[in-house]
Amino acid sequence: MLVYIPLIPLIGFLINANFGRRLSKSASGGIAVAAVVISFAVSVAAFVRLLGLPPENRAIVQQVYSWISSGSFQASFTLRLDPLSAVMILVVTGIGSLIHIYSTAYMHDEPDSEYARYFSYLNLFAAFMLVLVLGANFLVMFLGWEGVGLCSYLLVGFWFEKKSASDAGKKAFIVNRIGDFGFILGVLLVFVRFGTIDFQQIAASLGSIGPETSFGTISLITLLLFIGATGKSAQIPLYVWLPDAMEGPTPVSALIHAATMVTAGVYMIGRNAVLFSHSPLTLQIVAVIGVATAFFAGTIALVQNDIKRVLAYSTVSQLGYMFVAMGVGAFSAGIFHLYTHAFFKALLFLGSGAVIHALSGEQDLRRMGGLKDALPLTYWTFLIGALAISGVPGLAGFFSKDEILYEDYATGHSVLWVVGLLTSLLTAIYMFRLVFMAFFGPRHVEEPAHAAPEPHAGATNHHLHDAPRPMAFALVLLAAGSILAGYIGLPAVLSSHNRFNEFLAPSFSPPRIEQTATSAAEPAPERAEVGSAQLELGLMGVSVVAAVGGIGIAVFFFLRNREAAARLAERFIGVYTVLTHKYYVDEIYDAAIVQPIRIVADEGLWKVVDMRVIDGSVNGVAESVRGWSELLRRLQTGSVRAYAVSLFVGVVALLGYYLWR
Amino acid sequence: MPSLNDYLILSGILFSIGTAGVFVRRNLITILLSIEIMLNAVNLSFVAFGRSLGTADGQIIVFFVMTVAAAEAAVGLAIVIALFRHRESLNPDSFTALKW
Repeated sequence: MLVYIPLIPLIGFLINANFGRRLSKSASGGIAVAAVVISFAVSVAAFVRLLGLPPENRAIVQQVYSWISSGSFQASFTLRLDPLSAVMILVVTGIGSLIHIYSTAYMHDEPDSEYARYFSYLNLFAAFMLVLVLGANFLVMFLGWEGVGLCSYLLVGFWFEKKSASDAGKKAFIVNRIGDFGFILGVLLVFVRFGTIDFQQIAASLGSIGPETSFGTISLITLLLFIGATGKSAQIPLYVWLPDAMEGPTPVSALIHAATMVTAGVYMIGRNAVLFSHSPLTLQIVAVIGVATAFFAGTIALVQNDIKRVLAYSTVSQLGYMFVAMGVGAFSAGIFHLYTHAFFKALLFLGSGAVIHALSGEQDLRRMGGLKDALPLTYWTFLIGALAISGVPGLAGFFSKDEILYEDYATGHSVLWVVGLLTSLLTAIYMFRLVFMAFFGPRHVEEPAHAAPEPHAGATNHHLHDAPRPMAFALVLLAAGSILAGYIGLPAVLSSHNRFNEFLAPSFSPPRIEQTATSAAEPAPERAEVGSAQLELGLMGVSVVAAVGGIGIAVFFFLRNREAAARLAERFIGVYTVLTHKYYVDEIYDAAIVQPIRIVADEGLWKVVDMRVIDGSVNGVAESVRGWSELLRRLQTGSVRAYAVSLFVGVVALLGYYLWR
Repeated sequence: MPSLNDYLILSGILFSIGTAGVFVRRNLITILLSIEIMLNAVNLSFVAFGRSLGTADGQIIVFFVMTVAAAEAAVGLAIVIALFRHRESLNPDSFTALKW
């Protein structure tokens, strides 16, 4: 049963990849949508079956075939569905379906063959992502991990005729390779240390030993794996590819670069929760990197003017939150945020896509404005997304973000809590800056000459149309999800118990085969003691104040009094320039890494090693053969008698040698 | 009754005559004949050794050599005729085109 979940999108990919250019748009789009929707249905069925199992051994395992069997190294293509992967497959196929549906309208201006190519990539991505989250060992996960990286590259560079798009695709791929290198080393070290790459067996063998107190093998393994996660999930120092990845079509940004693929790193840490919790040192690094990324990206997002780039930095920032949660050991809080974030960030991206679509490709916020009346549906759904991500009470983002902040505080990481809270304030500011700049204020869009100039003429305006039906469908469902998704994981203080956490708990503890269950169950009650209900409610109040305060600041600067914002930017021109240039990180990387590599490659490897050494040796061999044959060919005189003489002399010499020896 | 040595000396003399013929003569047909003499010198030594050792091997090999020599003579003469038609000459020094 499990194998069908990734297999069906793969079949969709094969059909569209092989016959796509002969199919009509409705056929290729229909096949792609059907593949993901069926996969979603199978996932729901699998999920229901999973729920039917007793909570202590909720897992469905399917060994598809034995992949590699070499000496003590065993790797089978095994899929395993447990609570954690169940959440992931539902997010991937569910949100994936909506984004496929949305894409059928969004990409409608592409020619038939391009349209089919787009959907084949999208299906392939879904297949690989499902392999990634369902894999029961590191090798299967790595297959998916590389596969989604490939699809990300293909889709970022989808409009490859545009130089910036193909560059962005290459950047995404290369930066990810750096992370993947760490990941591979981590997996190899896992095999060396544990003799297996199966997640369950690793967790089981760790059950009996305590956490590492100093820097040891497990810390090294987890750090290497975390380098992989920073690449895939766009954390410092490897986050630079994600903002550039916005060159891809907007639904791709929503699916791959917001909702699913970029969360793979978070998922990977969650999947190896037992391994990571054996290295407190790594967890600390994870948390610090996470919070630094969250804050850092949040500040950049404040001043960006490209609507998708704001959202991209916001994604980086929210991913940082998830890593903070992972780092303080609140794995289910991190996954919970991953899950709610998938809804509202997909919604925000699709909403921005609807805006871009309506404005025929305009992405600059400064040239938007006043779209509230022209695009009412987009406006309202976007507003819901913005409220959800800002952490306004009652929406999905509030519950998940608040849980992370609470866990930070409750585990004694008050610095993380403060920075997290500041980031939450920043989030509210930049999100509402975006909302106000795009949907409120004066209209900057040039109207066609014949259209009525008043703003409420949107309905009669051909160029400014609200989302077409498939796009509207996806937006509305995602908006509903952004409101409701959080209620699955209500914090314990508001309901009798946190069902989401309880559901996920078995995935984060070693398999209960021996008495290890007791040691694994220990941290949970301990944490519950620290955080009293009052504290939790108090912290909740503080984060509500931060969210509302952020929205208030945005109202003041970007709705009421834009001159104030401009004046502020002028007063702190230094800070402002640094932020608009994204802290010059791209420039620093260029100077510190790209240029030195280029110079070494150009001046050293190309002009010396290649041209002198390699070409020299190849040409040298040819030259010497030519020189010698120039000499030796004189022996071939063409005279039969000369040959006979040389034959005779040779025979005499040989005989003489043997006779006189 | 001549001894083995006598036969071998005769064979050596014949072989030398043949070799000298190959080197000295300027006529392709004569050169071919000289090669026949060399082959028959070798045949003689084979037969002499066969008799001296009391086995039939030497004689059997001689039959082979004779067969091959006949074939070789046929091919060689055919080539000589073809060359003569081409150049109106039987001097080997006039056929030196196959070189660098």
